[in-house]
Amino acid sequence: MITLLLYPFVQNAFLAGTLVAVIAAFVGYFLLARGLTFAGHALSQMGFAGAAGALVLGIDPVFGLLFFTVTSGIAIGYLGKQLRERDITIGILMVFVLGLGSLFLSLYNGYAQRAYSILFGTILGITRFDVLITCLFCLITFTALLVMYRPLLFSSFDPEVAQARGVPVRLLAILFLILVAITVSVAVQVVGVLLIFTLLVGPPATAIRIVHSPSRAILLAIILGVLYTWLGIFFALTSTIPVSFYIAALSFGIYVPIRLYTNQYGKRGKK
Amino acid sequence: MITLLHQAFIQNAFLAGTIIGIVSAIVGYFVVLRAQSFAAESLTDIGFAGATGAALLGVSSLLGMIIFTLIAAFSMGALGKRLQGRDIEVGMILSFALGLGVLFLHLYTSSSTEAIGVLFGSILSVTGFDVLLTLIFGIVILCILAFLYRPLLFSSIDPEVAQARGVPVSLLSIVFMLLLAVTIAEAIQVVGILLIFALLIAPAAAAQHITKKPSSAILISVVLSLFFTWGGLLLALFGQFPVSFYIATLASLTYFISITWGHRFFPHTYHAPLHAPKHIEQKSTLHE
Repeated sequence: MITLLLYPFVQNAFLAGTLVAVIAAFVGYFLLARGLTFAGHALSQMGFAGAAGALVLGIDPVFGLLFFTVTSGIAIGYLGKQLRERDITIGILMVFVLGLGSLFLSLYNGYAQRAYSILFGTILGITRFDVLITCLFCLITFTALLVMYRPLLFSSFDPEVAQARGVPVRLLAILFLILVAITVSVAVQVVGVLLIFTLLVGPPATAIRIVHSPSRAILLAIILGVLYTWLGIFFALTSTIPVSFYIAALSFGIYVPIRLYTNQYGKRGKK
Repeated sequence: MITLLHQAFIQNAFLAGTIIGIVSAIVGYFVVLRAQSFAAESLTDIGFAGATGAALLGVSSLLGMIIFTLIAAFSMGALGKRLQGRDIEVGMILSFALGLGVLFLHLYTSSSTEAIGVLFGSILSVTGFDVLLTLIFGIVILCILAFLYRPLLFSSIDPEVAQARGVPVSLLSIVFMLLLAVTIAEAIQVVGILLIFALLIAPAAAAQHITKKPSSAILISVVLSLFFTWGGLLLALFGQFPVSFYIATLASLTYFISITWGHRFFPHTYHAPLHAPKHIEQKSTLHE
């Protein structure tokens, strides 16, 4: 284990993984608070189209990802207002973008391995440059979230009152989706398109079951997220199975008992 | 073109596409009405785990999908009355299912191309056996739906009143989830797990923007769905791009056109496209 840590690619994986886990948990908390879990899922899948497009053009997938997810995030922010209609609009937008993804994939004649790694993540292929980009975008997202923290929290929990108090609810909604988009884009290299959702939703879903104040829930979510990622990368290094499976299994395995336990607890408290 | 149609695999593709198009359009109507699109999405991802798991064991992937999604649908139906406001639970199940799918896929395939086939669909490789299975399950689903039509419609539009009138709402909910599960398992063959909404949600959602009446909305939904499937297949035969791309593009463009169309031609009758109860608007239920 110690000798493994001396390899630069392992260091890169842990660095990028930690950064991604931190912002994913932070963003994920608000994602749950705003009932946007489906949007998070859709945005990450839409990222695939962007990455595939970037492969066709021969540029770094991160830029394609950023372009597609940010554009889709803005579109989702504009299109859907009501919860029911929103899920449908997001779903169909996702269909459109993924259709493009399958087109790009058929146009791309290079190694299928690269498309595969976008879907499932490659911790072993993370370069110093990727770590730098991840670091940069994580800093931006983290700072933006801290700046927006209070109004975002307010508008997430009670949009009507927040609107009445003069909080720019609509603008915040769109800005927030852009942050989700950035998070998704940088997370792809670690966990892959299919399972970014796990990092976004798993840690905060467990955290809100344990603690109640938002700040503590976010803190706990970040700790859980980093823990899952470290363990996931560690297990993945010792086997050939993708890291995303370990992260998904860990977060589900910890979520289920806590969910079942607190459910009984909560019921007793209420009635 | 005519000679192409004599090829067995093309005939299979058209047959399977037609059956799935009809079934998914009708089931999709109720999915949209019951606002269960997120549940549908996670059933799809569970189907992914089932398909890859079955491939690992060497069983037909259609059977694997049907079994996996049925189990999941039963627990989801039993879990929540209508799965609304249960986004977090559904999301957790979804991500775990995807994780399992990734694991199975990794264990099963050494080639990345196969993995991508599962994700984006492979209608052109549907076998005669698959068509037969699709047909049997399709007929069963349609018969059950025809039998349950009125109570299901009632309980989807107004569950509280339906419950008060003695309609077995929770039982219907479970039965419907089971139907949805089988439909999704079938539709995955055509469009793959990533594009399931193209056949399940898009036709029904577009139809609801065009008309309010349930029976005509279902009819329009079926017509649109067949248009997407046939159109996609024909375009793919002539052009050089994959079927899933054409189906996805046709479906999403039609939906976005139908939104504008609904606004333009029914400006006064148009309130919300769905009978959304007021209390489930965007309000957080976290930390309850």
